Amino acid sequence: MASNGHGDEPPIQPNPPPSELEREPLVLKQRSLAWLSDQIAGIVEGKTPKWWWPAFIVATLVMLMMFYMIGYLFSTGVGVWGLNQPVGWAWDITNFVFWIGIGHAGTLISAILFLLRQKWRTSINRAAEAMTLFAVACAGIFPLIHVGRIWYALWWLPPIPNSYSIWPQFRSPLLWDVFAVSTYGTVSLLFWYTGLIPDLATLRDRAKTKIRRFAYGLFALGWTGSNRHWSNYEKAYLLLAGLSTPLVLSVHSIVSFDFAVSQVPGWHTTIFPPYFVAGAIFSGFGMVLTLMIPLRSLCKLEDVITERHVELMCKVILGTGSIVGYAYGMEFFIAWYGGNPYELFAFKNRAFGPYWWAYWTMISCNVISPHLFWKRSFRRNMIFVWIVSIFVNIGMWFERFVIIVTSLHRDYMPSNWGYFKPTYVDVCTFVGSFGLFCFLFLLFMRFLPVIAISEVKGVTPQADPHHPLGGAKGGHH
Amino acid sequence: MSDTFPKWTNKLPAKVMVGAILVGTALTGGFWYYFTPKYVRVGYQPIQPVAFSHAIHADQLGVDCRYCHNGVEKSWFSNIPAASTCMNCHAQVLATDPKLALVRESFKTGKPIPWVQIHKVPDYVFFNHSVHVNRGVSCVHCHGPVNKMDEIYHAKPLGMTFCLECHRDPGKNLRPLDKITDLDWSYSQDAVKAATMAKSAGEKYVHDMKVNASQNCSACHR
Repeated sequence: MASNGHGDEPPIQPNPPPSELEREPLVLKQRSLAWLSDQIAGIVEGKTPKWWWPAFIVATLVMLMMFYMIGYLFSTGVGVWGLNQPVGWAWDITNFVFWIGIGHAGTLISAILFLLRQKWRTSINRAAEAMTLFAVACAGIFPLIHVGRIWYALWWLPPIPNSYSIWPQFRSPLLWDVFAVSTYGTVSLLFWYTGLIPDLATLRDRAKTKIRRFAYGLFALGWTGSNRHWSNYEKAYLLLAGLSTPLVLSVHSIVSFDFAVSQVPGWHTTIFPPYFVAGAIFSGFGMVLTLMIPLRSLCKLEDVITERHVELMCKVILGTGSIVGYAYGMEFFIAWYGGNPYELFAFKNRAFGPYWWAYWTMISCNVISPHLFWKRSFRRNMIFVWIVSIFVNIGMWFERFVIIVTSLHRDYMPSNWGYFKPTYVDVCTFVGSFGLFCFLFLLFMRFLPVIAISEVKGVTPQADPHHPLGGAKGGHH
Repeated sequence: MSDTFPKWTNKLPAKVMVGAILVGTALTGGFWYYFTPKYVRVGYQPIQPVAFSHAIHADQLGVDCRYCHNGVEKSWFSNIPAASTCMNCHAQVLATDPKLALVRESFKTGKPIPWVQIHKVPDYVFFNHSVHVNRGVSCVHCHGPVNKMDEIYHAKPLGMTFCLECHRDPGKNLRPLDKITDLDWSYSQDAVKAATMAKSAGEKYVHDMKVNASQNCSACHR
């Protein structure tokens, strides 16, 4: 390979593969490493784009509306929501499961795809992990506020010794949930932050003002890019990836236990853990696409988040969406095959009862829409993909609503039947959580590199030592 | 290389962490000590409108608790006696003592003496006196040595831990039913011997009286 060291000699490429077998590069137009740094760091360093402020103000106002509603809830009581016997859980837990599910795409991309050496993850992992964190933040709100007396939360959430001499119920999946979600949040934060360190150092070194240098320098933890730093960093990153991988599966399994461990017909189902995990990844990739497609064009990152990236994510949606569709079918099959009349009723009622409209919304969004992605030209049409991703989001919210509300609203005795209707507080709190999510994401994209600069550099075509443009010795830094 | 931060900052994170651990421990410990019933409730002794001495009445004179608190065996509530109960004796004894002026006035007008309540469980706790004293729990167990108090003070924490300690293992705190109001009573002068006897006798009481000290939330929080 000595000849590669000299730029003017033609590179030796014996028997190049036929062009139709050539993989599309992960960074297009042979963008140089310097271009990558400039382009990605430029989003943080450059002038605030014109669209950013209106978006940020709207997001902030919507977020404040949520906090106002939460204040109203605390000062008045959970009666301001529409839930009541027999529907004791409604939008609160629906929103919780919805948001926590969205987070799973970030962890899958960052951990599992890393361990599987899927190089395409590098363009999207940073933003997807940020999305995970913000989604977990949104998710965490709902179980906390739905309890009513939030100020006691410290005493009954974590098992800490207290002057009441009591512990939380260790046999309850609700407690497991506390552990699962808090572990998930912590590991995701650590993983995200570890990955950020080299890029924070890049921003520090490029910083023009003292404040920036201080702020990025503080969080860059004195990163110098030395060999030892890189070697430690990569070990830490690998370990965190290993640690996060079981979380992708465990967190939503445990969330599903909140339902499956109970004996409510429609909840008490062994298929729940895998079905919830697939649904979570499905919804998470939906949200990643919803965010990434505007992001790549607004920040001019089409050469880094390429159509190939979008296409690959569509394939994940197709795969997990098929699992979800299979689970819907299997639930009905088991309801019939299991011979339990109550379960059969619960499922018939789900599809043809008073909430039929929610069920069929879910089916059309989650079962039909992913199968549009069998067609390559659909997967490559950005506007089309974006619209479908919105449908996936809607469908997955409805899935949780259907599971929770339709299973509860018909109790064993007809005297215990009801119909849940949300109040404006329910609606505004949920809408407000999107405000919080967008608020955090807008801040993120303005102050932190939205793409892992150092990692993307490693998957550029020219980083490959066999590439004609040189690899490590190519002098393209 | 970046010289954003001077060299001494290298050790700062470790120092901050140690500091945070110390402050956190101090805060937790401080809260634990100063904000739990053991500290905030025990020893509470407000000034009462009449300086009534339980030591004189219950100990020196040997008046039974139930002479005044006569509802304790029948009711969830252990009543504070009306002035008429006092006047059973004090119509003759110390009939003109100025310390008892308020008692006489209350007797005449029917307006209760404004005693300051000391032992008070929160209003989300349902505590039933009769069920306890009729199953061998003595007054002294929750109220302390009232017969030795000149004026009443809060002797036991009466927090949830206090309740649960007994509810989880009631036997050792039970005694013969005729000794409920005998606050000085014990199985033996020797503490070790008393404890052994309390244990073995307690098991018998739990069995015989069908003591089923509930630990459900709804036993007390209804």
